[in-house]
Amino acid sequence: MYQVTEKRDVPPNIKMFKVRAPAVSRKAAPGQFVIVRTDERGERIPITIAGAEPEEDTVTVYFAEVGASTRDLGRLGEGDGILNFSGPLGNAIPVKGYGEVLCVAGGVFQGVNLYLAKALRGEGNRVTCVQVAKGMDHLFLVDEAREACDESYAVVDDDEGGGLKGLVARLLDEKKMSRVFTFGPVPMQRAVAELASARGVPSSVNLYPVMVDGTGMCGACRVTVGGATRFACIDGPEFDGASVDFDELTSRLRYYTPQEKIAMVLNERGVI
Amino acid sequence: MASGAPQVDMPKQAPEERKSNFDEVALGYSEEQALAEASRCLGCKNPRCVKGCPVGVDIPGFIGLVKERRYVEAARRIKETNSLPAVCGRVCPQESQCQMSCVLGVKGQPVAIGRLERYAADYERSSGAQGPARTTRGGGRVAVVGSGPSGLTVAAELQKKGHQADVYESLHAAGGVLMYGIPEFRLPKDIVQAEIEYVKGLGVNLHLDSTVGRLLTVGELLRAGYDAVFIGSGAGLPHFLRVPGENLKGVYSANEFLIRTNLMKAYRFPEYRTPITVGRSVAVIGGGNVAMDSARCALRLGGEKVYIVYRRGKGELPARLEEAENAEEEGVEFMYQTNPVRFIGDDRGYVTRMECVRMELGEPDASGRRSPSPIKGSEFLLDVDTVIVAIGQSPNPIIQQTTDGLEATRWGTIVVDEETMATSISGVYAGGDVVSGAATVISAMGAGKAAAASIHNYIEKRGQSAT
Repeated sequence: MYQVTEKRDVPPNIKMFKVRAPAVSRKAAPGQFVIVRTDERGERIPITIAGAEPEEDTVTVYFAEVGASTRDLGRLGEGDGILNFSGPLGNAIPVKGYGEVLCVAGGVFQGVNLYLAKALRGEGNRVTCVQVAKGMDHLFLVDEAREACDESYAVVDDDEGGGLKGLVARLLDEKKMSRVFTFGPVPMQRAVAELASARGVPSSVNLYPVMVDGTGMCGACRVTVGGATRFACIDGPEFDGASVDFDELTSRLRYYTPQEKIAMVLNERGVI
Repeated sequence: MASGAPQVDMPKQAPEERKSNFDEVALGYSEEQALAEASRCLGCKNPRCVKGCPVGVDIPGFIGLVKERRYVEAARRIKETNSLPAVCGRVCPQESQCQMSCVLGVKGQPVAIGRLERYAADYERSSGAQGPARTTRGGGRVAVVGSGPSGLTVAAELQKKGHQADVYESLHAAGGVLMYGIPEFRLPKDIVQAEIEYVKGLGVNLHLDSTVGRLLTVGELLRAGYDAVFIGSGAGLPHFLRVPGENLKGVYSANEFLIRTNLMKAYRFPEYRTPITVGRSVAVIGGGNVAMDSARCALRLGGEKVYIVYRRGKGELPARLEEAENAEEEGVEFMYQTNPVRFIGDDRGYVTRMECVRMELGEPDASGRRSPSPIKGSEFLLDVDTVIVAIGQSPNPIIQQTTDGLEATRWGTIVVDEETMATSISGVYAGGDVVSGAATVISAMGAGKAAAASIHNYIEKRGQSAT
């Protein structure tokens, strides 16, 4: 069992957990994820790592309660145990000297974005951070981002494209960015990648398709990148934003939507 | 005389009944049946069956104990060389190993060694007889990567030789392919776990949720004080056909389909949270045991029409005959000399049809089987809601990618000395599917046994040179 040592609610449906997992905390790096299973009946849920505190033996994660499985997880409180917490999985994003970089993330990925931004700044990059959410009260870690980055922006954008697009375009036009990193909903990452590509700036997108084992065994997380099938869990999750087939990714992410809806309703009614 | 009598059949669930449940298909011998079958064994002085067994089980010895109704002792006798008898009694291809070498098989039917192995192992387990005491320490420390058949064998063997084996497993359950791959109805998971409990009882430490190559690398394990490392990480990377439409929803790798079904118990969705989709018409691509397992799972998950689509002919099926027959009895339809060319989907991205081409068989290829080639103009469409691609797996690449100096082939298998199972790194050994490519449970166990013997020698020698 892996103990939840700290829990925080973030609107509208996000939970922050610090989880005691000493070995994982010593190894985790930005871009990597853990696979979490709440209990014996649980799904294996991939969650991106948003921080590691080896001195406290803990790993920080944020997750949105979007289905029965994440609700089960969100019901755990401080002191409760998570049955499985496996990681770090996936490749770490290479944290090195790029120069001027832009980190853009939406929704639940704001914590992950800051984790990467801090690491990049530690390597001497000049980091501009953009955090986007659907409502004012859905923005979190705003002060921390201001402190940790050279420049930081918090944007409210409810169609994942409007205000954010304008800001990202302006930042890309004003500064000579060496690379853009992005995390979050597919339409947002796609928009950011397209803006970067249009200006000849390389972009890193971070993809979380449906996964089961997270170690290369099942192939559920296959994505088409540059015309070839890759597994997000072992070849990614970071990919070149200019080469990803986002339409296929969007379609595959909706694979189990009907089943998830059923499970969610039964879960809300306490049937399962 | 008994040896002239035919093999005693093992009762099975009737096909009509079993195709809609996940309970074990083969029901096992009764005591009376076991005694009748055991009485057929001649107890050869120079038993050929033992030579046919990759781990060298004392077959006449344990069958002799069955004859005397000393079932617990019979199971113990098997466990001297094989820590997983209830598993092997169920999933070993005995017909091409021990039973193929049985003298009785020359003129009639061989002794049903696997069924007797299963009987003895099941008897011991249900009798609640205590396992052997933990062995005493004093030897070396060995990290074992992967808790599948090879890893469990290495760990158990080393423990018996006085070493401490620590097993690192990536998934949340130990057993490897025995848990995620082979279905419940062929190998019940509580039986796998009971045999793993036996291995743990020998003193083996089991670390779950621990992906070597990510959480810890092989180099880090050696630096952390392990005398040796055994890599038994299996053949976990699924192959795809590389044809258009393969990433449509509804197209699964067999690995994913079986992991969802077996390890995650998706057949009990939504109580168990992992979903699976099985439409009315299911095509399984491939002709091996994994294809048979997938097809039989698909039937049990509600598939009305389940096809095995195989590019060669019936005579070339790589699956065990018994498994293909079981599938056929349950209603799986076989489409031989047929190969998918592309998958076609609807506007929501779900697969709806599969274009196939008929194949003709030419001269034998490198595998000794006749090589298939497409017949021009024979293309046709098949309506499918679910496709399961079961055309093989190669080794998981994580360890090879994260271990400096570890020699691998271009297929990703780890290169070893075939006798000692030693890799290109001193103190690092490997065995099972990660070396051979996808093969059988028992051949992985044989490799584990060989590796354990060389690791033992390696540690002993090291100890001598250190003093």
